[in-house]
Amino acid sequence: MKSFTLHSGIVAPMDRANVDTDLIIPKQFLKSIKRSGFGPNLFDELRYLDEGQPGQDCSTRPLNPDFALNKPRYRGASILLARANFGCGSSREHAPWALEDFGFRCVIAPSFADIFYNNCFKNGILPIVLDAAIVDTLFQQMYASEGYELSVDLEHQRVTSPSGEIYSFEVDEFRRHCLLNGLDDIGLTLQDAEAIRSYEQGLRKRSPWLFDAIR
Amino acid sequence: MAGQTLYDKLWHNHVVVQRDDGSAVIYIDRHLLHEVTSPQAFEGLRLAGRPLWRRDANLAVPDHNVPTEAVERSGGVAAIADPVSRLQVQTLDDNCRDYDIVEFEINDRRQGIVHVVGPEQGATLPGMTVVCGDSHTSTHGALGALAHGIGTSEVEHVLATQCLIQQKMKNMLVRIDGALHRGVTAKDVVLAVIGEIGTAGGSGYAIEFGGDVVRGMSMEGRMTMCNMSIEAGARMGMVAVDDTTLDYVKGRTYAPRGAMWEQAEAAWRELHSDDDAQFDRVVVLRGEDIKPQVTWGTSPEMVLPVDGHLPDPAMIDNAMQRAAVERALQYMGLQAGMSITDIRPDRVFIGSCTNSRIEDLRAAAAVVKGRRVASSVKQALVVPGSGEVKKQAEAEGLDQIFIEAGMEWREPGCSMCLAMNADKLGAGEHCASTSNRNFEGRQGFGGRTHLVSPAMAAAAAVAGHFVDVRNWQEQ
Repeated sequence: MKSFTLHSGIVAPMDRANVDTDLIIPKQFLKSIKRSGFGPNLFDELRYLDEGQPGQDCSTRPLNPDFALNKPRYRGASILLARANFGCGSSREHAPWALEDFGFRCVIAPSFADIFYNNCFKNGILPIVLDAAIVDTLFQQMYASEGYELSVDLEHQRVTSPSGEIYSFEVDEFRRHCLLNGLDDIGLTLQDAEAIRSYEQGLRKRSPWLFDAIR
Repeated sequence: MAGQTLYDKLWHNHVVVQRDDGSAVIYIDRHLLHEVTSPQAFEGLRLAGRPLWRRDANLAVPDHNVPTEAVERSGGVAAIADPVSRLQVQTLDDNCRDYDIVEFEINDRRQGIVHVVGPEQGATLPGMTVVCGDSHTSTHGALGALAHGIGTSEVEHVLATQCLIQQKMKNMLVRIDGALHRGVTAKDVVLAVIGEIGTAGGSGYAIEFGGDVVRGMSMEGRMTMCNMSIEAGARMGMVAVDDTTLDYVKGRTYAPRGAMWEQAEAAWRELHSDDDAQFDRVVVLRGEDIKPQVTWGTSPEMVLPVDGHLPDPAMIDNAMQRAAVERALQYMGLQAGMSITDIRPDRVFIGSCTNSRIEDLRAAAAVVKGRRVASSVKQALVVPGSGEVKKQAEAEGLDQIFIEAGMEWREPGCSMCLAMNADKLGAGEHCASTSNRNFEGRQGFGGRTHLVSPAMAAAAAVAGHFVDVRNWQEQ
């Protein structure tokens, strides 16, 4: 997994609450058996005026000129500024895959849906929770200033605005550690293989019906 | 020490390693797989050269992509018309063969929606940790299990280690006291709960559903409730084990028998919150206050009782909320202030992991029996949740009731709930749907979903608009 330490980039808006994962990446693109190539279909139903199909060349599709990510001022954006409960709905990891493939490394919002939040960390994307009032301020600053950039420092858990304001954020220690070092958490869990085997032996005695039923 | 909640007990029973940083390695008893969220996980396993940790903990079934139309379905995987869907279902078959995982293939009678199949086969049981790459895994919490959806990276994690790294959630009790009116179902209750706490109300919590109404519900009803915990923002919902649970589980294919059943029952009887357990949040609703519910917007929290009127953005002070309501009304093609009963569905969908079990089909059949679908309704689909549900419904003659009413009786699968197969809404069409999500485009590009109970969907199919099923005279 890609590590995340320091990142500065252009900020783009997703200015509505309860953005669901169907909106982030519609279901027809979930038929892919790969984990890459979802970027052109990120926010497909908002971004294009027609209905997207898997495998289609998106460069010739009609763009929705009103959608933020289609505006030149947000070109190259790598930080998404969003509203409450971002990523609600389905557990599809295709949502962070699409964000990552598009070029986003960080999403800032007042709150995230639990499964989406967790999925981000598995894909080198940092979801940052900031107070709703701060997010509001960032939206205002972003709209007021073309080319608006933020700097994110995961090590010190802070976001810095162009004018130098610093906003601290919380992130749990294990996720932070994995993301800072780009660690594969399956490898980490397998370091506890002995503990897992020992737990399993106990479980087999306590709850024998959990074993060998499905064969 | 204060007593433990049901969630606390399930959590503590599954901690393999508690780490200093607050995370824990949690053991997973049952892993369910389907075709959409597993291919990349198997690929990851192969690329890393890792073996499967424990074969018998896994069970797979294709459901999202499978055709529900009988002719296309009869040819099996090879006959799936959409080549992209076909490859995905075929990939599940190939992976299960390579890793020797038990799979109920497309035309196996045990095939169906993964969250219908698990409890039905006794593959998911009380006290288990159950995960699946699907957010509606919360369904299995109805059995008194700790069950939640995971992403594909975690699917791979479970395949490789039989564990997940988790942080403990907070506890929420949602208690429904009293009794329900006739015609009001589990679906209405859970929609009312979502209307009350909001679609993010349960974020960070594990929800336990309790109270007399839930105690009085069938397992099917409890599954409907737990299924939609995720629409309230909670990854998991659960219900304490009682006689209803045990009666449901006993005798199922993969459930323990004989002496092992006795041992299991003794353990399962402990699976309830202690009297002095502490919850971080308690929400109480009165069953008598709950009317049949209909969603009008593009989030499950945009829900009203059937006698309600759509909100007027002009009356909303909060700018974010006002914008959300305006956008939803525009997407849905509906006017502020209009009556729910004036909404006219173009299509009706009875199915999904929320409402495709036998009790759901019986409720819908009771409403349409001897009646006809309104001429204004283009299509009314009934999609049983599994081959076993289908067989049972046919044994009871429910299929004939639906067909005589002008509805289509289909093969089992996820179908129009998320429209990954051919069953979908056209742009601008309204659907009375027993599924779980009314997001923009969920049931088809530009489609407009109204979430309701099976009885309400059936009544809307006949009347041509939403009606209060409490006033329906069954024939």
